[in-house]
Amino acid sequence: MNALREILALLHLYSQQFKTTFASMVQYRISLFIWMISQILEPLVYLIVWSTVSNSSGGSVGGYTARGFAAYYLVLMLVNQFTYTWIMWEYEYRVRQGLLSFALLKPVHPIHSDISDNLSSKIITLPILMFVAAGLALIFKPTAAFNWWAGLVFIPALILAFLVRFLIEWTLALAAFWTTRVNAINQVYFILMLFLAGQIAPLTLFPHWLQIVADILPFRWMLGFPVELLLGRLSHAQALLGLVAQFTWVIISLVLIRVIWRAGVRVYSAVGA
Amino acid sequence: MTEPAIHLHELCKTYRVPERESGMGAALKSLFHRRMKDIKAVDGLTFDLNPGEIVGFLGPNGAGKTTTLKMLSGLLHPTGGEGTVLGSIPWKRERAFLRQITLVMGQRNQLVWDIPAADSFELNRVIYRLSPTDFRHTLNELTELLELGPLLKKPVRNLSLGERMKCEIAAALLHRPQVVFLDEPTIGLDVTMQRRIRAFIAEYNRRSGATVLLTSHYMADVAALCKRVIVIHHGRLLFDGDLSALVQQFTAHKTIVVQLEDCHADLHTYGEVINCEDGRFTLRVPKAQTAHVTERLLADLPVIDLLVEDPPIEEVIDQVFTQEAA
Repeated sequence: MNALREILALLHLYSQQFKTTFASMVQYRISLFIWMISQILEPLVYLIVWSTVSNSSGGSVGGYTARGFAAYYLVLMLVNQFTYTWIMWEYEYRVRQGLLSFALLKPVHPIHSDISDNLSSKIITLPILMFVAAGLALIFKPTAAFNWWAGLVFIPALILAFLVRFLIEWTLALAAFWTTRVNAINQVYFILMLFLAGQIAPLTLFPHWLQIVADILPFRWMLGFPVELLLGRLSHAQALLGLVAQFTWVIISLVLIRVIWRAGVRVYSAVGA
Repeated sequence: MTEPAIHLHELCKTYRVPERESGMGAALKSLFHRRMKDIKAVDGLTFDLNPGEIVGFLGPNGAGKTTTLKMLSGLLHPTGGEGTVLGSIPWKRERAFLRQITLVMGQRNQLVWDIPAADSFELNRVIYRLSPTDFRHTLNELTELLELGPLLKKPVRNLSLGERMKCEIAAALLHRPQVVFLDEPTIGLDVTMQRRIRAFIAEYNRRSGATVLLTSHYMADVAALCKRVIVIHHGRLLFDGDLSALVQQFTAHKTIVVQLEDCHADLHTYGEVINCEDGRFTLRVPKAQTAHVTERLLADLPVIDLLVEDPPIEEVIDQVFTQEAA
C-alpha cells in the first residue's frame, strides 16, 4: 500500500515536472532550435562521409552499403536523442551556485526531478526529430533487414539504454562534489562515447579486440546496441546478451549512485553548501 | 515545560581549507603537498528556542550565523556537539523533518528563472505532497499577505529584486513549516519592501505559531521582530537574552538631547558633546550619571526640551563586537 502511494506520488511529481520543463523550453525556442540542429548535423556528417567511402570502395564497407549507413545513422540520431542527457554539464553549475542546497532541502531525492526533466524534454523534442529523420529518409533512402522480433525487443532495449546512460552520466556528474574541473572528465567521457558507443562508426567496423573492449564497457549499451538491434543486424543470442549486459549496467550504476551520492553529500556538507 | 523547538548543545563546525601562499613557487608546491588549515566557523554554541519564538541571530560577517543555520536545516554536518530541531537531528535529513522546516537565503533563489512563480509553486506542492485544498488555502493567504496577486503570472526573471524575494518567501512557506530559518531575507531591498517583509514575518509567526530564527544586517528588522536576540562572534556565543537587556549590558552610556536657543553654550562640563544643530545638543553621558546631569542641565540652562535616549541599536552592536575584539 505504502509502495503504491510512493509510486503514485512520484508519477504525480513527474507529470508536474513535465509542465515545468515544457514551460521553460518554450521560453527558449531559438536556442532549442539551434541545439536540435547540432543533434541532427553530427550523425548527418558521419552518414555522408561513410556513404561516400562505401560508394568509392565497391558499394559496401564492413557489411554496410550507402543505404545501410543511412539506416544506421538515422536510427542512431533518434536513439541518441532518446538517451541523451546534459546532466554532466549542469551539475558543476549547481554545486558552484549553491542550487544543490535547495534540492537537498526538499523531501525527495534530487535524481527524480532530473529523470523527469530529461524525459519531459524528450517527449517534446522527439516528434520534431522524427519528422526530420523522415525527411532525411526520403533523401538518403535507407534500407535495413527489419524484422518483427527485433522491433519488439528494441523497446525494452531502448528504455534500458536510456537508463544506463542516464544513471552513468548522473554518477559521473557527481564528480562536481570533489572537483570544479569536471570539464576534463566530460571530455574523456565524450571521446570514449564517440568511439565505443558506435557514433563515429558502427562498432562492427572496428578491429575485433576493440569490439571486445566495447562489449565490456557500458558505452555500446547506451546507444549502438539498440540501433543494431532495430536494423536486424543481431542474432537472437546477441540480442539476449545485450539485454543482460544493459540490465547488469543498470544494477551496477544504481549501486554506484547510492554509494557516490552519499559520499558526495558528505563532502558537500563538510566543506560548505 | 515544553520541549524546545530548536536545541543546540556545544555545536561546532570546523572547515578544513587548503592554505596557499600566492606566487608561482607556492602554486607548484601545492601541487604535491597541500597544507590544510582548520577554520572554526562555529565553536561550541549552546542555546534553545521555544516553539513560536522569533529570535534575532546577530553577528558580524563571518561570525558563523549562516553556518549555524545550514547545520540546523540539515545542509551541513557539524564537526562536534549536538543539535535537534523539532526532535530530529537535522543532518540526517529525514523526509519527515524536511517537510517541517524551511530555509530562506536572501542571496540565493530557488524559483525557476524562466517560468512564472505560480508554476514553481505547483511543483513545490507536488514535492511536499500537499493536498490541493490546503495548498490553495495557504497560497491564497500568502498572496494576500505578501500582495503577490499580479506577480504570480510573470516569469521570475521579469520581477524586481523585492518582488522576487516575496515570491521566494512564499515558495518557502507553502508547506507551512513549523520552523523557519531566514538568512538575510531583506538584503538589498528598499526600506518600504523591508518593512513589508518584516510585517509579513510577524504576521506569519502570529498566525502559524512557527518558530523563526532570523539573521539580518538591518537592525530595524531585529528591533521590530525579535524580543530575544542571540549574538555570536567568532563562532562563540556573546549574548543571549532580551534586546533591551543587550542594550543595558553593553552600553555604559546614554544619550541626552538638549534643545537650547542656539549652539553658543559650552556644555562639555556636562558630558561629551557629540554635535549641535540649531541649538540641539547631543551629549554622551555615563549611564550612572544620567539623572544627575539631567538635573544640572535643567537647573543651569534655559532648556526648551530634553530627551534621554539609549544609543541606537546599531551603535550598541558595533560596540559589542569591538569590545570583543579588543
